[in-house]
Amino acid sequence: MYAFDIERPTSLTDAVTALGREEAQALGGGQTLIPALKQRLAAPSVLVSLAGIAEMKGICMNDAGLLCIGGGTTHGTVAKGAVAHYPGLADLAAHIGDPAVRNRGTIGGSLANNDPSACYPAAALASGVTIVTNTRSIAADDFFEGMFTTALEEGEIITEVKFPIPEASCYIKFEQPASRFALVGVFVAKFAEGVRVAVTGASNNGVFRWTAAETALSANFSVGALDGLSVPAQDMIADLHGTAAYRAHLVAVMAKRAVAAAK
Amino acid sequence: MPKDSVAGTGIGASTKRREDVRFLTGNGNYTDDINIHGQAYVHFLRSDVAHGRIISIDTSAAAAMPGVVKVFTGKDFEGVGSIPCGWQVTDRHGEVMKEPAHPVLAQGKVRHVGDPIAAVVADSLAEARDAAEAIVFDIEELPAAVNMKAALEPGAPKVHDDLSDNLCYDWGFVEENKGAVDEAIRNAAHVTTLELVNNRLVANPMEPRVAVGDWNKSSDDYTLYTTSQNPHVIRLLMGAFVLGIPEHKLRVVAPDVGGGFGTKIFHYAEEAFCTFAAKACKRPVKWTSTRSEAFMSDAHGRDHVTKIELALDKDNNFTAIRTETYANMGAYLSTFAPSVPTWLHGTLMAGNYKTPNIYVNVKAVFTNTVPVDAYRGAGRPEATYQLERVIDMAARELGVDPIALRRQNFITEFPYATPVAVEYDTGDYPATMDKLEEIADLAGFAARRAESVAKGKLRGLGVNCYIEACGIAPSNLVGQLGARAGLYESATVRVNATGSISVMTGSHSHGQGHETAFPQVVAEMLGIDASMIDIVHGDTGRGPMGMGTYGSRSLAVGGSAMVRATEKIINKAKKIAAHLMEASDSDIELKDGKFTVAGTDKSVAWGDVTLAAYVPHNYPLEDIEPGLEETAFYDPSNFTYPSGAYCCEVELDPETGKVTIERFSAADDFGNIVNPMIVSGQVHGGIAQGVGQALLENCAYDENGQLLSASYMDYAMPRATDVPFYTVDHSCQTPCTHNPLGVKGCGEAGAIGSPPAVINAVIDALNSGGHKVAHMDMPASPSRVWAAMQG
Ligand SMILES: Cc1cc2nc3c(=O)[nH]c(=O)nc-3n(C[C@H](O)[C@H](O)[C@H](O)COP(=O)(O)OP(=O)(O)OC[C@H]3O[C@@H](n4cnc5c(N)ncnc54)[C@H](O)[C@@H]3O)c2cc1C
Repeated sequence: MYAFDIERPTSLTDAVTALGREEAQALGGGQTLIPALKQRLAAPSVLVSLAGIAEMKGICMNDAGLLCIGGGTTHGTVAKGAVAHYPGLADLAAHIGDPAVRNRGTIGGSLANNDPSACYPAAALASGVTIVTNTRSIAADDFFEGMFTTALEEGEIITEVKFPIPEASCYIKFEQPASRFALVGVFVAKFAEGVRVAVTGASNNGVFRWTAAETALSANFSVGALDGLSVPAQDMIADLHGTAAYRAHLVAVMAKRAVAAAK
Repeated sequence: MPKDSVAGTGIGASTKRREDVRFLTGNGNYTDDINIHGQAYVHFLRSDVAHGRIISIDTSAAAAMPGVVKVFTGKDFEGVGSIPCGWQVTDRHGEVMKEPAHPVLAQGKVRHVGDPIAAVVADSLAEARDAAEAIVFDIEELPAAVNMKAALEPGAPKVHDDLSDNLCYDWGFVEENKGAVDEAIRNAAHVTTLELVNNRLVANPMEPRVAVGDWNKSSDDYTLYTTSQNPHVIRLLMGAFVLGIPEHKLRVVAPDVGGGFGTKIFHYAEEAFCTFAAKACKRPVKWTSTRSEAFMSDAHGRDHVTKIELALDKDNNFTAIRTETYANMGAYLSTFAPSVPTWLHGTLMAGNYKTPNIYVNVKAVFTNTVPVDAYRGAGRPEATYQLERVIDMAARELGVDPIALRRQNFITEFPYATPVAVEYDTGDYPATMDKLEEIADLAGFAARRAESVAKGKLRGLGVNCYIEACGIAPSNLVGQLGARAGLYESATVRVNATGSISVMTGSHSHGQGHETAFPQVVAEMLGIDASMIDIVHGDTGRGPMGMGTYGSRSLAVGGSAMVRATEKIINKAKKIAAHLMEASDSDIELKDGKFTVAGTDKSVAWGDVTLAAYVPHNYPLEDIEPGLEETAFYDPSNFTYPSGAYCCEVELDPETGKVTIERFSAADDFGNIVNPMIVSGQVHGGIAQGVGQALLENCAYDENGQLLSASYMDYAMPRATDVPFYTVDHSCQTPCTHNPLGVKGCGEAGAIGSPPAVINAVIDALNSGGHKVAHMDMPASPSRVWAAMQG
């Protein structure tokens, strides 16, 4: 680690001010950022911890029937707090990392980081969430811009994520054997207006919607509807843990399993 | 040894591990817990290229940074010796192996990612790291030798410019067997040929390596605290060969060590650096490896590429085995690296079978990778894996039952002299196989497979045997084989005045449970409670020269030394007791901690005798010296040969290629057993590591010598959910005939016996699903299994 200052604001306004300092960076649960700091891969001069901002934490249903999750809410809190409202999402949160990671890592941090193998981006994109920041609201379809890239501006803070609740949903993750992040993860969400399918872990462009599967499932929400469908292998990640063809294959397998288990 | 004290604290009792109390409550005393007043910290600047010529290094800016004590480069170590290699192999042509220099800090070239270029000692670690970033260096990157076979091609990049090529040695064993082996293969009714890779592993002990060097300016004494499996050997190697410090001026302490698995046997450059720098800086110097550094500086394990041929006659009797192995040495020869693919591998190629003709060829190769050396099992897992895989493959080719084929070829008469120069003293391979069939419920497999198939899964069964050679010895023989060290062990039994006992052993415990098991042996011999006995280890300043712990040698060799020293104690104590009771020595019996005169009711207690030894008022001073302390050195006459039969049952998801282990059973013969619970624990841990190698772990380099699996994001360690509840049994016991305890060693068995069982099971599962896969390399990761299924 390099030396840095730490600010611990208790309000969003103070956090925004603090983030205005030269080379300031937000610190959520630190489950991605702290390891990067330890390896000296990042060198912010000020860390602005969001952990003390009460208005960014918690889960509630709003009047429009959206599940609203504060940007500073930990995976552990979502795993418990969303069960009654959105079991598919709660289940996803319950399987991120280990208890230590879940008790610190936050939904805002995960979405802002947009790791191509992370789980939450799949839930956000498949659910068609609205990502609320200190300055605006961003639709999920406009938010994810490729590996580790999002629509967020410098210093912009995710304060809340609003989830429409599907009739049925499921996230199935095939774990990368070492990191246990998603080698391929597929989130299927069935809404009255149609089905959305988001895939994480697989693509060089980060999380994406599998539109062919969406069309097929919107017409007929069954495992059989996916028969014969596949994603092209050329955009898939190829590494130590799997070829592009393997990942493309897994996308279809995980999608079918998610449809079969959706509730 | 009597075995009737199971209820007490002696031999055979599953007493709980006393050391666990401090480990589990965070009170262990590890090397990183040692902080000496005034200590400075070192950070190593390590090469990020696999191979390069050092054009220049400018440390002036770094030296001027805040908190910097001194910046070191290879130049500072020009007057210092090379990190030595402890074993010299002689090749097929009678030539000794090539032995390149291994400088403490790189000189002229860097030879692997992680090779230290410079070192900064500063008041704090952060300042040392900051200053290391200010070192200006120019390294001309050179093409790297990574793939072993390519590294032996003419014109391949040379790891060491002063050597003619990258071949360290070309070893043939037994060279005189070669003609007969070739002939037997030519005449065979069937030959099964298997080419395989034994994957490179990173040991990953939970505790990374640490070294603290300290120099006392008034006495000119040095102390090195280090995470070592054998502090005495480190003292000898570093003192005599690297730094030129005589033993009486150098103390090496290895306190609690959080796992070694082989990788903490070796003498490392960082140890020599901290000791040297402590004097140069006149301050204690501490280094704590980060996990990232561990991946690129701890010696790796395995990394063999092998072709094995098994010849059978028309009745399926094994007639010959011929192997050709390329063994990766990495960039430098680590302490015991040359011995692993040779004497610890070739000698085991007979396995449990009476194959009359065996020839082993091993080409050891230098590459621009981290040095490779012993890792749990060291050579024996490599031998076992290829043999047990080729037998399974032969059974499949011939359409015979793999267990029956093994049974038919078992060695059944002991002692048995193999064609690869060792003599097995005892064993009962049919008995361990019988036991395995029972505990693994082989009879129920068909039903379990049907259940898996009903779920859309494939199920496979893999069985194999293994033989291990532990407690490598005797010293005069290993000396002829090239060892530059003895392989005895020492013990001093110090009985204190009030009867409590400190046993100084040259063995070292880093998770094995010596502090519990060793006192059980002494307690049994003396008939006192084990709680009166403590083990002292890991400090050259507190006990006699010893050889440390590796190769499952501690109880068989170190325990035997302790037995010998305790026998001397008993002899002397009996004399004292005889004096106290005015009887003859030969009439004295020691039982339940009491000395009695045979046939009378006269007795003196253990404590009366020990007190008399140190307060010798009523004492035969004219015949014997006061005090009660004895030392013994024990040099075994042979290896010990544990053996066993293992069975793995896997379920395979054909849609994803994911393999899960559903059942794992192990029937081992470890000879006599001191603490059954500890033995089970050793087997459990060994199997977990074997499963790790078989399904998960893979240390991978790209063609430029960049380490691809350089962190836990890419190097897959086994976790609790990856292993099943094991069924282990060690009731088959053929005691070792040549050590006083009749014990054989159990530390490595699990890691040796389990990889072939897992892969045999995976291949069985695939074939049961109609996938005609003859072999697949470890790790059988989901992507590889899926690829194998695609044909
Ligand atoms: C061992 C381990 C296992 C893991 N396994 C998984 C897994 O299986 N699946 C998975 O999805 N993830 C996994 N993770 C990652 C984990 O979910 C992280 O918590 C998450 O990716 C980052 O969230 P954080 O709150 O910790 O963010 P931090 O690490 O604090 O920050 C990450 C980035 O986001 C920025 N940031 C943080 N909060 C906000 C905010 N509210 N608004 C804007 N920017 C913000 C930071 O500035 C930084 O750039 C794992 C992590 C670890 C250590």
